[in-house]
Amino acid sequence: MALSDKELKEIAYLARINIDKDSFPSLKGELEQILDLFEKLNSAETNEVEAMSHPLNLSQPTRPDEVTEEDQREKLQETAPSVQSGLFLVPKVIEGED
Amino acid sequence: MKLHELSLKEQLNGLKEGSFSSTELTKHYLDRISSFDKELNSFITVTEESALNQAKESDERYKSNKALPLDGIPIAHKDIFCTEDILTTCGSKMLSNFKAPYSASVVNNLSSDGVVVLGKTNMDEFAMGSSNETSFFGPVKNPWNKKYVPGGSSGGSAACVSAQLASAATATDTGGSIRQPAALCGLTGIKPTYGRVSRYGMIAFASSLDQGGVLARSAEDSAILLESMSGHDPKDSTSLNEDVPNFLENIDSPIKGMKIGLPKEFFERDLPNHVKSSTKEAIETYKDLGAEIHEISLPNVDLSLPVYYIIAPAECSANLSRYDGVRYGYRCEDPKDLEDLYMRTREEGFGSEVKRRILIGTYALSAGYYDAYYLKAQKCRRLVANDFTEAFKSVDLILSPTTPDTSFKAGEKSDDPIEMYLQDIFTIPANLAGLPGISFPCGSHEGLPLGVQLVGNSLKEAQLFQAAHQFQEATDWHKNLPEVK
Repeated sequence: MALSDKELKEIAYLARINIDKDSFPSLKGELEQILDLFEKLNSAETNEVEAMSHPLNLSQPTRPDEVTEEDQREKLQETAPSVQSGLFLVPKVIEGED
Repeated sequence: MKLHELSLKEQLNGLKEGSFSSTELTKHYLDRISSFDKELNSFITVTEESALNQAKESDERYKSNKALPLDGIPIAHKDIFCTEDILTTCGSKMLSNFKAPYSASVVNNLSSDGVVVLGKTNMDEFAMGSSNETSFFGPVKNPWNKKYVPGGSSGGSAACVSAQLASAATATDTGGSIRQPAALCGLTGIKPTYGRVSRYGMIAFASSLDQGGVLARSAEDSAILLESMSGHDPKDSTSLNEDVPNFLENIDSPIKGMKIGLPKEFFERDLPNHVKSSTKEAIETYKDLGAEIHEISLPNVDLSLPVYYIIAPAECSANLSRYDGVRYGYRCEDPKDLEDLYMRTREEGFGSEVKRRILIGTYALSAGYYDAYYLKAQKCRRLVANDFTEAFKSVDLILSPTTPDTSFKAGEKSDDPIEMYLQDIFTIPANLAGLPGISFPCGSHEGLPLGVQLVGNSLKEAQLFQAAHQFQEATDWHKNLPEVK
């Protein structure tokens, strides 16, 4: 199935993955090949079939509303790329004066 | 007999009888790892110091008669299981610096039964692959022939157990990632019923399909390890609240009268002669053991591959959105704004197969395509699962080859995603239906092992172990081990 350049750019943006110009054509070709694989599903009659989202017929379990986890903020933030005063640092989001 | 040649069960007996200590056994494996793993590349991290400490503690427990069920047995964990304060990479650049702040329930369960952890094994990046060539830490080689791949995604776990660098290893299976490498490396590998093993702390790929399991040298060894790993876990909402039976209890019982189904859709496929003949021989063995063989039909099973390659990428695109360069893992250099941080972190941190799957999944879930792809795939998944429900009304187990062929040469399929996806044609259906499946060796071709697969009904792992063990009592294929130099 053909995938337009515009569609691939849109998907890549939705997935927040930058794609460099050089790998764009080959990636597009590979994705089209994978989409072709899906054509087979059109042969299956599924009008009366209930979608299966999970292998188990589970209901969501509940538990008593009790605190079970202790605060581990420092430990959890040890692996973060950039942290200050217990906060995760990212580039400035709101434009304005410094 | 050398220590690494003993089965896990024999090692346990040796430790109990005091024939050798866990420290001796652990040192022996660590020596083998340092001698042979440079070339095989089956480990990402070797935890030598903590392994020796655990072995020492285990030896003390034996001395004071307080030994735990698996005390002192050296195993390896697939690097998808979080291990507290130890590098947990999932085979990705994205997590190449990630020390997990907590351990997976599987890791805790095994540790509380006394295992010694030798290290973390290599794998396809985020468990996406069938050859262990997509790892950021380099490809793993097949111990039977180093020009060939060990399979994937649990390729490191398979290679290290096959090369006898660990007694057994944990692994995970989303579409065949335990059973396919088991077949390609001459091992026994079990993927239990979905929900049998906790997914807490097991890095998520496709949550409705992922399941932890074992790679070992025999059905008996796999049963011992799986029993320790399994059990209800309140930390995983999809964990089954079911008792774990004694998987060894009926392992020695004859299988006379057991009904084994052969799906005609699988056997009608164009397969190489050596695959057909070794599978046929396995069927003959089962007949000799008194099993009844029946032809069955799974009419919708051919939908499995496309269904899987919509559902798994869809779930992966959601699960992997957490890797944003903010809270943990890799972050790109000098991001100019938040968007740039996300876009480049994910471009640079993920390898090409992972990116392909995230993009396919994003596409299948996006507005305008959701019904045509994702919803359609979920409906077709139901058709595949219903076929199994129907089949298990007349048979106990379903037999097929595990893979379409023996292992293949490194690089042979890495440029063709579809060719690689076909590796899992026989294993994917069990994941879609959430059923347990086991692969074990049944032959060899040009020096490379071949595997046969049995799929059982929900929660029937004990029956799978029994059938595989009875086969292994009657044959010697599982005793063949590669000579590692």
